[in-house]
Amino acid sequence: MIRRNTIPFGPQHPVLPEPIQLRLVMEDEKIIEALPAIGYIHRGLEKIAEKKDFIQDVYLAERICGICSFMHSQNYCQGIESLMNLTVPDRGRYLRTIWAEIHRVHSHLLALGLLADSFGFENLFMQLWRTREIILDIMEQTAGGRVMLGTCCIGGVRKDISSAQATVVLRQLDQVQKECDEILPALLNDYSVKQRTVGVGVLPRDKAHELGAVGPVARASGIGMDYREQGYAAYPDLGFKKVVETAGDCYARTLVRVKEIAESIRMARLALEKAPQGPIAVPFKGNPTGEVLARIEQPRGELNFYIKGNGTRNLERFRVRTPTFANLPPLLHMLTGCQLADVPVIALSIDPCISCTER
Amino acid sequence: MSTTPKLSKSPWVVHFNCNSCNGCDIEFLALLTPHYDVERFGIVHVGNPKHADVLVVTGSVNHRNARVLKNVYDQIPDPKVVVAMGVCASTGGIFADGYNVLGGIAKVIPVDVYVPGCASRPEAMMDGIVKAAVILEAKRRNPKAVQAGQPVVVRTPSAAPAAAAAIPQKEIPQPC
Repeated sequence: MIRRNTIPFGPQHPVLPEPIQLRLVMEDEKIIEALPAIGYIHRGLEKIAEKKDFIQDVYLAERICGICSFMHSQNYCQGIESLMNLTVPDRGRYLRTIWAEIHRVHSHLLALGLLADSFGFENLFMQLWRTREIILDIMEQTAGGRVMLGTCCIGGVRKDISSAQATVVLRQLDQVQKECDEILPALLNDYSVKQRTVGVGVLPRDKAHELGAVGPVARASGIGMDYREQGYAAYPDLGFKKVVETAGDCYARTLVRVKEIAESIRMARLALEKAPQGPIAVPFKGNPTGEVLARIEQPRGELNFYIKGNGTRNLERFRVRTPTFANLPPLLHMLTGCQLADVPVIALSIDPCISCTER
Repeated sequence: MSTTPKLSKSPWVVHFNCNSCNGCDIEFLALLTPHYDVERFGIVHVGNPKHADVLVVTGSVNHRNARVLKNVYDQIPDPKVVVAMGVCASTGGIFADGYNVLGGIAKVIPVDVYVPGCASRPEAMMDGIVKAAVILEAKRRNPKAVQAGQPVVVRTPSAAPAAAAAIPQKEIPQPC
């Protein structure tokens, strides 16, 4: 009989940028069971949100996660706006879409780079992150911050993108597209990348549905679920096309992200060109009353906020369900039965964001 | 010419994400990539605390990770330098009011360099690690001369670290 061993993977581990512990119960090299131990980055954010003013909470929501920061504040603002019956001006909606899609490109490049690093392809990691710096330059020029933009506010956005800036941004997006066209085929067609990703960590369609996968994890398993299709911000005007793959392995998840980068660049460029002139934000008075479930499509999947206001400056309840939380059960399913050496690749193929999850 | 190795020429850095929102972490990882490329200062990012000279911590301390942070710190061989990256690591930042947050990392381990910002800019982080390398060298030469608890705050890239000013000028190694 083979003895069972338990290997703690994390909380401080070279391939994980964030502390999560996976207790891997092993028989030889094979994983029988994976148990997550979380709580290392629990900050008590939901409770802090109740202590602060609901306008200050925009910046608190932005700091749920540093990678998809803009979309957290956007979702929070959309929730409050629906409670207060505010209509965001057209230009505000377009600017939100531009920043959100630029954020998605940066997040996907980051995730693909970390995936490349997880199987030891350091050169590719460096190349992808060099391209990502152009995106961060765009954010710095247009918003002032590299990762924390702080541009979203209740009723619209705080900053406008001038036509001169838009010209520069369009040129930089061309550069990003050009570099991606050079680098990403190397990621998709490389023999060693395929060896590490094709057929690894397979999540069948029915399991993905049963375990509640969201985002690229669900879309790589053939579930065509993308909240952008439902139409918020300026997406209805931009002809959004979702990306769906069917294989359900690490390679399919990578492929979904690669295709989404192209789609996001296309939409950001179209939004910059089509954005109508006019006000960027609408003024508001009063406090939010009632409850709402705000939804948005983040780079990692669908993000849900439950916001309950009671007519005072402070919210009564602020609840966050992030996409990585929904993707943890599918991850544990994928890890069961795999080899120990594949754990980093599978873990990074769902693009985990533990800071979001534990908030 | 001295043949003793200079630690400041190759400070090896271990990064620990304590209670961070990821903003500082991805900016720290961006330091390693071609645009900033801190390896030109000899700064190498390692995964094992036992190989490291500098501990870079992002995010504040909570009840669960305080012990992990102390463990990582204790495993680093002397002399060692701690850099608190970002406002959360320095004071707790926006999360200081949280029921679960103890505050800045100075509650658990001694800190040598504070780098402000939310998130810290990569240039400030680079400056913080270079200043940490100077303190590291000073600690190696005379462990008693530089006490932790008299930390340096990175304000402008030209500001000389106060701790390094305590040792004679000719002995200060040039980090770059």
